[in-house]
Amino acid sequence: MVVGKMKLTFQKRVKLAQYLWMLSWFATLGGAVTFTLGCFLKTELRRRGEVMDNTDIHCVPNTLMIVGLASMGINYFASRICQDALDPGRFPRWKTFLKPFFGCSVFFTTLMLISVILSYAMKGSLETSLKIGLKNGIRFYKDTDTPGRCFQKQTIDRLQMEFQCCGNSNYKDWFEVQWISNRYLDFSSKEVKDRIKSNVDGRYLIDGVPFSCCNPSSPRPCIQYRITNNTAHYNYEHQTEELNLFIRGCREALVYYYMGLMNTIGAVVLSVFLLQCSVLASVRLLQTSMEAVAGQENVEVDSEGYLLEKGVKETFMEYVDPVLKLLWMNQPGPLQTTEHTVTWFLCFRLHSGTPRPHTGLKSISIIKY
Amino acid sequence: MALMKVKFDLKKRVKLAQMLWLMYWFSIMAGVLVFSMGLFFKIELRKRSELMDNNESHFVPNILIGVGLLACCLNACGGKICYDSLDSTKFVKWKSILNPFLICCLFFNFLLIVTAVMCFAMRIPLEFTLAEGLKNGMKYYKDTDTPGRCYMKRTLDLMQMEFRCCGNNNYKDWFEIQWVSNRYLDFSSKEVKDRISSNVDGKYLMDGVPFSCCNPSSPRPCIQQQITNNSAHYSYEHHTEELNIWKRGCRDALVSYYGGMMNTIGILVLIVTLLQIAVMIGLQYVNTSLSTLVNPEDPESESEGWILEKTVKETFTDIMAKMKAMGKGNQVDEGANEEAVATVS
Repeated sequence: MVVGKMKLTFQKRVKLAQYLWMLSWFATLGGAVTFTLGCFLKTELRRRGEVMDNTDIHCVPNTLMIVGLASMGINYFASRICQDALDPGRFPRWKTFLKPFFGCSVFFTTLMLISVILSYAMKGSLETSLKIGLKNGIRFYKDTDTPGRCFQKQTIDRLQMEFQCCGNSNYKDWFEVQWISNRYLDFSSKEVKDRIKSNVDGRYLIDGVPFSCCNPSSPRPCIQYRITNNTAHYNYEHQTEELNLFIRGCREALVYYYMGLMNTIGAVVLSVFLLQCSVLASVRLLQTSMEAVAGQENVEVDSEGYLLEKGVKETFMEYVDPVLKLLWMNQPGPLQTTEHTVTWFLCFRLHSGTPRPHTGLKSISIIKY
Repeated sequence: MALMKVKFDLKKRVKLAQMLWLMYWFSIMAGVLVFSMGLFFKIELRKRSELMDNNESHFVPNILIGVGLLACCLNACGGKICYDSLDSTKFVKWKSILNPFLICCLFFNFLLIVTAVMCFAMRIPLEFTLAEGLKNGMKYYKDTDTPGRCYMKRTLDLMQMEFRCCGNNNYKDWFEIQWVSNRYLDFSSKEVKDRISSNVDGKYLMDGVPFSCCNPSSPRPCIQQQITNNSAHYSYEHHTEELNIWKRGCRDALVSYYGGMMNTIGILVLIVTLLQIAVMIGLQYVNTSLSTLVNPEDPESESEGWILEKTVKETFTDIMAKMKAMGKGNQVDEGANEEAVATVS
């Protein structure tokens, strides 16, 4: 059962080749844009890497960069193919190249789609990573004399000022940690001694926040100490005071920022994906229609082009089987169900273990930062 | 004796015209760059016009924008002339206006040099404008309820955080003004009454600064109140404490920011001037080489090209003589009429 059969006159073939040439150059540009966006996203994630616990989220920009480069290569070859397509003398040299070319192209195009899906799906992982990272950041805020942590204060302060946020979930997170270093506490004073005695761990806890939580839009000078004590400040009601400090938590602010970024990138990559698909379909049509007239005296006859000679499933098996044979050269038993093996795990860790003899399930961890 | 005479054959002329056409394209892009730099500078001045009392002079960015547009137009014209110079029939229509066009280019290059000088010189008036503006800005810091000034606090806070500066000259400027609004002062408290009675104007002055003066790089939590009182804070010596609040004054910071921008733009304009001078000289060569063909009918004949027909001194004296002659034009006419009348009669 042939998929996508189309009759093409000579004129139509010529026109298809011309449009395809232009389209492939646009798609190359699209691939370059994808690569650039991947680099940009990676840079942005790295900038705030100090408040992230793990680097799982980096699989998104890594995939984008790989796909961008691959797309540029694919489209370059597509343009060369369509340039040679109308010349019956030069076209045959592409014959052996085309099958692996289509296999690779479909793989990388699917990868492009997957990267878009990933960018939405990784939100939970990002949030968890930020939660832990920010908690540590706030805990080590006071350790400005400990090597390895001495820049934590600066990082958190600048983060809070730039993203206009305070604390992990909200400003009250600062009440639960000691964020003033012991070097600056007068242990002979009664107030300090009282506070330290008031909790089990002997920490100096106050209902105050660092200055970086202050909101410049507040009409009054910033109140950062004794926040919950209404009598300590004139004309102050801490429940109704909205503008004094930043209300938002930094985790929420950062997740919002990165999701916004990834949504935009996802939209752009999706349009590049559609462009790429149309290029591949056109190359396939051109190839099949040219093959139909190959070897004939008069090349200007009508011919038929199609997308797939057999059904989708059969074509899929045809491509995947050689790849699997290559990967499972050591496997003694026969490979029976190859459908199971096509899930490649890019960012999710699954137990690889020993391959089961019947299904041959194996996890292929391809990209990890 | 001509200045920098060069012999041209057809091949050389064609090469010159092609190279010059390419250089004109670069010059058009350079003109666009100057235009966009002027626009960028204008926007940057506008962004901070609140801090300059809305009094800042937009003269330099306006000139840059004008010069950029003019450069684009002149270079587009020049490019077209170059393109047509290879075809003798098309070139004929340009012949008559080529000399005035070159003189225009010369004046334009002078204008570019003047613009570059102004870019470097604008620093001085900017410094004065900023000093005034910042002083007033700090005065209105507390007026968050006065319409028209309610955003001054926010603007100043954001500026101090962005430019990492405090006050006008330094942080002590905040000690001399009342930056806490009366709405948030408890006038029944003894401390407030003491402070207000301690000075002539009845202002609530304190040795504290707003939170936006705080330096995040400080190892200790920010000390913004009672800055000069060493005993108010544990292990604190305000003379040696470098990292607590920003040391730099905002006038200094802003002048250096704008100064840097203007220096870059000035250097860019100078480079564009050099490019313009180069294309002008190239066009002069094209002009002279095409007007001195040995055999006017044969386009493949040899010709000579030069920058000036005579030496610089002679050309200068020629121009002066022409201008004097134009000035005396009426008197010579009258003299000739009298003679004619005398000879007739």
